[in-house]
Amino acid sequence: MAGLGGGPAAFGRCTHAVVRALPESLCRQALRSAPGPDVDFARAEREHQLYVGVLKSKLGLQVLELPADESLPDCVFVEDAAVVCEETALLTRPGAPSRRKEVEAMKKVLESLNLNIVEMVDENATLDGGDVLFTGREFFVGLSKRTNQRGAEILADTFKDYAVSTVPVHDSLHLKSFCSMAGPNLIAIGSSEAAQKALKTMQQMSDHRYDKLTVPDDAAANCIYLNVPSKGHVLLHRAPEEYPESAKVFEKLKDHMLIPIANTELEKVDGALTCCSVLINKSSEL
Amino acid sequence: MTTEVGAETEVKKDAEQAGAGQAKDKPDEASRTTEDEKSRKASSEEPLDSSSVPVPTSPSSQKKAKDLSESKGISRFLPPWLKKQKSYTLAEPKEEAKKKTVREDQVIEAGDCQLPEEAPQPERSLKGAATEKEHSAKAEEKEEKRSVSSAETQPAKEDGKEIEVEKVAEEKEEKQVEKEEKQVEKEKRETKEVQTGEIKAESIPQKSPKKIKTVQCKVMLLDGTEYSCDLEKRAKGQVLFEKVCEHLNLLEKDYFGLVFYESSDQKNWLDPSKEIKRQIRSLPWLFTFNVKFYPPDPSQLTEDITRYFLCLQLRQDIASGRLPCSFVTHALLGSYTVQAELGDYDPEEHRSDYISEFQFAPNQTQEMEEKVVELHKTHRGLSPAQADSQFLENAKRLSMYGVDLHHAKDSEGVDIMLGVCANGLLIYKDRLRINRFAWPKILKISYKRSNFYIKVRPAELEQFESTIGFKLPNHRAAKRLWKVCVEHHTFFRLLSPEQPPKAKFLTLGSKFRYSGRTQAQTRQASNLIDRPAPHFERTSSKRVSRSLDGAPIGISDQSLLRDFPTARGGPAGDKVLDIEGAGQAKLKEGSREENGSPVKTPQLELIQDGKKLHSLKVDGENIYVRHSNLMLEDLDKTQDDLLKHQASISELKRNFMESTPEPRPSAWEKRRIPPAALQAPAKKGDYLFQLKTPPLREKQWTAAPRTAEAKPEEADKRHGSRAEGPCAGGSDADKSSHETLDIVEEKKQAEVGREEGVVIDETNKGKMQVATDAGETCKVELLSKKDSSSLPSDSSSSSSSESEDEEVGEYQPHHRAIEEVIREEQEEEEDANRKKEHQEKIKQPVEAPTEGSKLNVPVEHAAQVAAEALAQENAVTVATEEKKVSEEVKQDVGEEKEEEQLRLNGDVSHVDIDVAPQIICCSEPPVVKTEMVTISDASQRTEISTKEVPIVQTETKTITYESPQFDGSTGGNAGVLLSAQTITSESISTTTTTHITKMVKGGVSETRIEKRIVITGDADIDHDEALAQAIKEAKEQHPDMSVTRVVVHKETELAEEDEE
Repeated sequence: MAGLGGGPAAFGRCTHAVVRALPESLCRQALRSAPGPDVDFARAEREHQLYVGVLKSKLGLQVLELPADESLPDCVFVEDAAVVCEETALLTRPGAPSRRKEVEAMKKVLESLNLNIVEMVDENATLDGGDVLFTGREFFVGLSKRTNQRGAEILADTFKDYAVSTVPVHDSLHLKSFCSMAGPNLIAIGSSEAAQKALKTMQQMSDHRYDKLTVPDDAAANCIYLNVPSKGHVLLHRAPEEYPESAKVFEKLKDHMLIPIANTELEKVDGALTCCSVLINKSSEL
Repeated sequence: MTTEVGAETEVKKDAEQAGAGQAKDKPDEASRTTEDEKSRKASSEEPLDSSSVPVPTSPSSQKKAKDLSESKGISRFLPPWLKKQKSYTLAEPKEEAKKKTVREDQVIEAGDCQLPEEAPQPERSLKGAATEKEHSAKAEEKEEKRSVSSAETQPAKEDGKEIEVEKVAEEKEEKQVEKEEKQVEKEKRETKEVQTGEIKAESIPQKSPKKIKTVQCKVMLLDGTEYSCDLEKRAKGQVLFEKVCEHLNLLEKDYFGLVFYESSDQKNWLDPSKEIKRQIRSLPWLFTFNVKFYPPDPSQLTEDITRYFLCLQLRQDIASGRLPCSFVTHALLGSYTVQAELGDYDPEEHRSDYISEFQFAPNQTQEMEEKVVELHKTHRGLSPAQADSQFLENAKRLSMYGVDLHHAKDSEGVDIMLGVCANGLLIYKDRLRINRFAWPKILKISYKRSNFYIKVRPAELEQFESTIGFKLPNHRAAKRLWKVCVEHHTFFRLLSPEQPPKAKFLTLGSKFRYSGRTQAQTRQASNLIDRPAPHFERTSSKRVSRSLDGAPIGISDQSLLRDFPTARGGPAGDKVLDIEGAGQAKLKEGSREENGSPVKTPQLELIQDGKKLHSLKVDGENIYVRHSNLMLEDLDKTQDDLLKHQASISELKRNFMESTPEPRPSAWEKRRIPPAALQAPAKKGDYLFQLKTPPLREKQWTAAPRTAEAKPEEADKRHGSRAEGPCAGGSDADKSSHETLDIVEEKKQAEVGREEGVVIDETNKGKMQVATDAGETCKVELLSKKDSSSLPSDSSSSSSSESEDEEVGEYQPHHRAIEEVIREEQEEEEDANRKKEHQEKIKQPVEAPTEGSKLNVPVEHAAQVAAEALAQENAVTVATEEKKVSEEVKQDVGEEKEEEQLRLNGDVSHVDIDVAPQIICCSEPPVVKTEMVTISDASQRTEISTKEVPIVQTETKTITYESPQFDGSTGGNAGVLLSAQTITSESISTTTTTHITKMVKGGVSETRIEKRIVITGDADIDHDEALAQAIKEAKEQHPDMSVTRVVVHKETELAEEDEE
């Protein structure tokens, strides 16, 4: 049955994924929080294809791949353009003006999935999907440079069933730059002070007690949890080559099917694993 | 009219006769009756009609008549009453003979008409007349009842109320005459007796249950139907609740409760342990049956019927929008509703729009309905109970499930919502949750005035707990929130309810506690339920519910409220009154005024209303709601903690309270109060702190324009004071007023007794303090009392004094400004107004101003009782010179009125007059030995991190002038305190607290009278003048007096709010 996501048990269920190819403009024009090494576009593409391949082939999701748009250097990070929960999709208004148009393509694809579309039209509102953590029970919205209070309010209005709590995010780009869901009741969290502080905030705000999985590296705390009928708990996490210590932590999750994925290139432009897809669970059509 | 009336009366009398005959002994009474009748006859020349006319007759006239009768009836001597009553009864039998009937009719009628005339007459005649009048009144009532009875019971009820009120008034009058409190008390007792006697007479003769003072209650049930029953007026909430549950066949009832609305969004839970009447005051006896505690896991409920009612509640919540849902959830829940109510989808039966009769959402769309149908088809085979369970399983996951929202502002004045739920307190800003305080994290919950505070456990790395304040729209809202928190915490967090604190010496906090079963207990109990699943019909949640739901449940109530202007303000009328013609007029008046009060405009009317309102509101609640400290899991602090508390100024600073306006006083007082003495009594750190702080604040009067908030608070104080006064007639009257029923008065007295006890406690405090610092101690007490008065919620002055002090401390300003406006009026007008107010307070329908009788009442009296202050709280613990005190108070009141007219501005003139050693009159400020000029200029803004901050943003300016001279006759010497008495009287802008302490020092008894006069008002009052006048008057009274202290306190509230 539908209804409130079918409860925590259904958390991580996913039938569709929306991804987008990366434009070449990403290398030079993609926003980045700090200057750093150049992006090896070829390698970035390979990593991304691997990523998509896992979703498509290994996990059997229906992957909807949007073409790249050179005018939108950050368009590969589809997560920021939409928040989808159950049958409802909120098209965001990204905090970075250069990214606002990314939403258009997203809108089309989501419409094709017959979701209830809600658009964020308020010009005072900004929201990046990367600041939205859905735990299966509630939302946490990071108030960051990209996401403001108004954006969070609209999210709350859109997903009325759920509590929406705000979490200040100061030192990183997004809330999910240092955390994510690693299981139905499990929050993966980085070890940095900022991450731990945010976790505390979330724990205080929630009526529910979450387990936490603390990993040494903030970036590694961003992982993708899926509940795939044939495979059970699936976790896409950063490769041991990148974050060996964190990988060890993930490897302690005995019940999870672990899929390490490298993300070395996109990380240079603040990309994380969750950034590159919008996961959708289309329950059997009613 | 006349002819008709006569006929009616006869009929009525006949009916009465039957009852009367049975009731009492005729022979004894006969002689008396004859006499009475004679006198009556003499008096009863005038038209009989008015009395006889049942409903339509002008309520005022009847009321007046009753009043008169009552006043007389209240007459000091019981025997006359009894006689009269008996005579009355006798008369009825005589009526049978018809000869006498005529007489009686005449008498009755005459009594009614005459009443106004008689009032002026000497007491004796008055007494007789009064008795007669009472009889007549009773007779009238009975007649009315009978006439109306077939149609409506309510009028009778009203009559009863009126009568009582009148009695109260009479009592007051008597008091004036005698001026002796003791006598007054006696009178009170007498009145009680009389009343009971009346009741008997009434009940017996009529025999029908209706005649007993019952009130018709209506309860809106969850299925949209209405349950009505007759309740004894004195009935407690539990009685009604039990009835409803029985009607519903509901066993797991602890999750539910009855609600009454003060306005559309002011939802109050009926406290089962308290009398209904006191809680709803003038509101109509209209309730809604609601879920009070939403079980987090409905599947653990034992019975389907319980789940069913929970479903009904949730459907209302959802349809009204109180429980927000997404589209999908609306559809899903709707589909379960349809399944439960209609069963399986049947294409034949369920045609196109079968679904549109239901309301699933506030904004129901075609699309949603289609979705519901779609889902409905998938539920095939689910039984109604199963569908309900599914409904609940989904509904319970909604984030706002079981969250009771309250509007508030944070420290920065930002609108937020406070949500009370099973797990704790949630803070919302718009739709976003911005904070959450689980019960385990909360150490203490309190409210002061319109502020609500939670004290939170220190975070991991923090040393001190922090107190977070929120600003509620008004005091009542704060109290409501506090109560809800107390209840939820108890129900969900505790295994068994906490025993309500007894008014002991050091007790902090309101007596209010959740008295029902906790969730744990109710689960246990429901495990024992052993009955076949009760059969119940699932009524459809169709249009019916829609109409109800469309607007929150309150709506129906609202309409009622609208009809009765009073209802809004709360205080003035009873529901019953509505029906009654007499009551309405007054009620309306009251309502208007009340409505006006919130506006806070300077106009006279409004002000008066405000007073009235406050008084009314306060009365009922004062008794049990005191100060509001709920100590949660950390109830017992060790003294060490206390000491720490004191020691750590930083902590104090953190503390919201302190951050607020008057940091200095606390520091100040700390010095004075010897730690040892205080410590011993003080169990809680807060307590100590509180003691210290209060005195200064109270002293202050606000010269600066007051913000809206301040005024209401002041009013509250007044109320509190009134209610508090144990001995004072005024207070009694108020109390009685609350309780329309005769019986009620008795209760009041009982309460009074309690209060007295409390008072004693205060005195004790005084002693202790005295030992240390004589002068200050007195002040403290005074302050505390004032504070108590200021706090509407705080019922008993004494016990709550400390807590009250806290409140005061936080806010510094004493708010009593509203009254100022009135000065301009002539005294007569004032009196009339006062009377009106008084009446209103009493909830009587009687129209005060017009009536001559009231006018006749000596001015002083009016001032004391009816008028503004009403606040005379004589805490006469140990008998002393009560008379004097009372007199003084009266005088003060009168003087104060005059004073008000004078204007003082800016700084207060400092007058030092030192005279009699033992008698010290302080204008305004309490006596202080030290030479201190305290000028604290604090624009206090608490900037506590984001959400958590004290809400009170006020700019305060406090200037204290103290005379160095004061010796504190009592001070230092640590004599033995024989008695302490505190009297508070309030006038429009002035509150006078007289504290009389009798001490024995070295064999010499010393009586010390301290007066604190607090002048409160907006900028438009000339405070200088007022102060000068006050001092002048005080000096006239007590030539020996010395002014020890003048405190000027200006407060400007940065964040203005609207009051009620």
